[in-house]
Amino acid sequence: MLTFGTGNKAVAMAVRDAKPVVVAAYPITPQTEIVEELANFVTAGSMAARYIPVESEHSSMAACIGAAATGVRTFTATSSHGLVYMCEMLHMSAGARLPIVMANANRALGPGWNIGAEHSDSISMRDTGWLQVYVSTVQEAYDATLMAFRIAEHTDVLLPVMINLDGFLLTHITQTFETVEPGDFLPPTATPHAIDIKNPGGYGTLTPGNTHFTFRRDMERGMRASIAVIEETEADFARRFGREYHLYEEYRCEDADVVIIAMGTLGKEMEVAVDILRDEGIAAGAIRMRWFRPFIVPDLDGKEVVVIDRDYSFGYGGVLAGELQAKSGCKPFSVIAGLGGQEVTYDDIVEFVRIRKPGTEHWFGVVD
Amino acid sequence: MSAKLAISRPGEGAAGKTGTWRTFRPVVDRVKCNDCGLCRLYCPDAAISVDLEIDLEYCKGCGICAEECPKKAIIMERDED
Repeated sequence: MLTFGTGNKAVAMAVRDAKPVVVAAYPITPQTEIVEELANFVTAGSMAARYIPVESEHSSMAACIGAAATGVRTFTATSSHGLVYMCEMLHMSAGARLPIVMANANRALGPGWNIGAEHSDSISMRDTGWLQVYVSTVQEAYDATLMAFRIAEHTDVLLPVMINLDGFLLTHITQTFETVEPGDFLPPTATPHAIDIKNPGGYGTLTPGNTHFTFRRDMERGMRASIAVIEETEADFARRFGREYHLYEEYRCEDADVVIIAMGTLGKEMEVAVDILRDEGIAAGAIRMRWFRPFIVPDLDGKEVVVIDRDYSFGYGGVLAGELQAKSGCKPFSVIAGLGGQEVTYDDIVEFVRIRKPGTEHWFGVVD
Repeated sequence: MSAKLAISRPGEGAAGKTGTWRTFRPVVDRVKCNDCGLCRLYCPDAAISVDLEIDLEYCKGCGICAEECPKKAIIMERDED
């Protein structure tokens, strides 16, 4: 059905269409609309889920863990301080191999207090064992949320998935989008280690040094297997519903000498910048990284690389630039831009390409 | 498929049948007992069933059930075995 709404509303409608059994959530700007919409759906009877209002984000993830451990589909949403508050439970949910799906509205962390878009919240959860996908349009927010359930619940994966959408820049903008009837695109959950009350046991019990690593190794097996599952899910989604997604999205890259790489809404903005640069005679291209975990390295051989990070690892550098450099051997021009919702236009991105110096770092708007 | 999660199932303790450790055994006066089940909840070895039968193969004779019983229906008697 063709409709229109905000990124938040699209996520909520995708969750409704995925028919989870339990939604446990706590409101936080700029994600609140997602859980408000879900509460509305439950109250109005258009969604049969049990909605659990909780006292904190730590508790919302704990409630999802309890529900998912029984083998049912679960969802929550958070942002920024809420996400880092549930950090312990992110490790617990991934470690327990529970296919929980969560939307995170990317937002800066204080102080100074800030509710603008920034990726530092989700990127600081990098090593929890959660898959992370970054979306750039309202339609993609809907589609990626629906696909997240299938990817997380696949028995080759069994890891939780976080859908990241830029706070305000995507959560609060309105676009048209199309909803679908998922049908058997989303098979019923079949968690092999779901709690069986007829065969009681202790779950996640003590694992000493001679066994603990075997479970950690299996998490990495799930993470590596997820790449094929993502591709297969995206291909089936395209076949059924006509919208194509890839591990990363390339724009005019075939003959490009310089590629701009970013995640989230900036990754869409830079397509306009590429067109302007092409008109100037610069053979530019763009790669929008969708999946941050698993990390999938594009082929950057022979290309100059400009990476825009809406995040920073203090004492190290832009995280996306650093990881691309480590995995591909490229020497990116690392631009730190858009922190705390700082406005970055396509003209600004054009300028990043014009002033590029491979192997150096540039903070947009900062005069040292 | 390799194991996804460490799951332990109930089984016999590593120490075997700990009833042999016992010096005093609990004896229940069924007339005084009102079936409240506190003895079962407090038993640190889960040696008391939902039907309030005490499993003497595992009961170590700690006496917590007798201490907690609000009806004083359990007394500890020296184990002669």
